[in-house]
Amino acid sequence: MARITAGVGCSHVPAIGVAMDTKITDQPYWKPVFDGFEFSRKWMKENKPDVIFLVYNDHCTAFDASCIPTFALGAAAEFQPADEGWGPRPVPVVKNHQKLASHIAQSLILDEFDMTIMNEMEVDHGLTVPLSVMFGEVSPEDEWPCLVIPLAVNVVQYPAPTGNRCYQLGKAVRRAIESYPVDLNVMVFGTGGMSHQLQYKRAGLINREWDQRFLDLLTEDPVFASQIPHVEYLREAGSEGVEMVMWHVMRGALDDEVKEVHRHYHVPASNTAVGHIILENVAA
Amino acid sequence: MPEKDYEDIPGTFVFDADRSREGYHLNQFCISLRLQKNRDEFNADEEKYLDKYPMTAEQRDAVLKRDWNRLLALGGNIYYTSKLAANDGINFQNLAGLMTGMGVEKYREMMLHGGRPIDGNRYKTEWGDED
Ligand SMILES: [Fe+2]
Repeated sequence: MARITAGVGCSHVPAIGVAMDTKITDQPYWKPVFDGFEFSRKWMKENKPDVIFLVYNDHCTAFDASCIPTFALGAAAEFQPADEGWGPRPVPVVKNHQKLASHIAQSLILDEFDMTIMNEMEVDHGLTVPLSVMFGEVSPEDEWPCLVIPLAVNVVQYPAPTGNRCYQLGKAVRRAIESYPVDLNVMVFGTGGMSHQLQYKRAGLINREWDQRFLDLLTEDPVFASQIPHVEYLREAGSEGVEMVMWHVMRGALDDEVKEVHRHYHVPASNTAVGHIILENVAA
Repeated sequence: MPEKDYEDIPGTFVFDADRSREGYHLNQFCISLRLQKNRDEFNADEEKYLDKYPMTAEQRDAVLKRDWNRLLALGGNIYYTSKLAANDGINFQNLAGLMTGMGVEKYREMMLHGGRPIDGNRYKTEWGDED
């Protein structure tokens, strides 16, 4: 049976991808950001997943304003890195575990989560930056070390799905994965955040205490964390901080009690507080 | 209509369904600039390219003047307007420098020192006359 062994929470700041792509990660500005992923890269090698179920959002790249699905599951065989206005990132094409993805889609819908199914989709920095920070540099001619099932969540047009809905979806994703009759090591990534606001006069907002409390709650009291209302994210963590609802999908897919094996927090990367956490299922 | 509990956050436009409706053609124009062939066409003749998008005269004027804050006030969303900025060679951080009125250097400096603090920036009442 497929099993979920761990969850990863991780910011997906586009500038982090640019820093890796232009090879400036050793500069004093970027070094502290990347130092916090050194442990993670080693950990990824030691715990090598077969599949990553990666929860992210599209930033008006693959989805324009004409169609805004709340939850869109990637079912295509592969996903090309998109041109977001400055050329596609020089990273490998992302390959799906298509059979597992179809199984998850079917299971989720019968479990009453009305998913949109994507048979064609390009992926932006929201998906590729977490892979880059966790795996390190991978040249476009090579392959990512594992398969990836993308789940794109709308967090651009208010309202994003509630934290509770995301948490419940995580539980349904777990039921889907654990009913797949092939032995696979699956990890779930929740990406985006942490506190940041990219727009208008309050741009640059960072709320270190709030972010730390969010990470604490995510580990220790995920149900309470899943009840945080949207207005609190918007006010306390910035208008784009609401991306953090996606971390609840990851948390919902894990055991109630988990072991936090790594945490990293740094300000700034561009306009954003970088947050990162690794949670292991103890029983796995 | 229920009252919007997020309208009292200062210096912020929450991109909800009302704003999305208002900004639809503006945002569709912006996202078209994701592709090089469209950027080339737009840069060759901005006015002519904009004729393809039935946005309001005000929105069109804000595009031509690169009035970043007015674009947001008229229903633009930052992930869309950032495509227009990228076309002009302006990244997210420099765009924020422009929108906040701080300028690129001062803004970058603020971020290096931990960003804009939350205290004093939660409610419109804390900002006085400014929104
Ligand atoms: Fe994002």
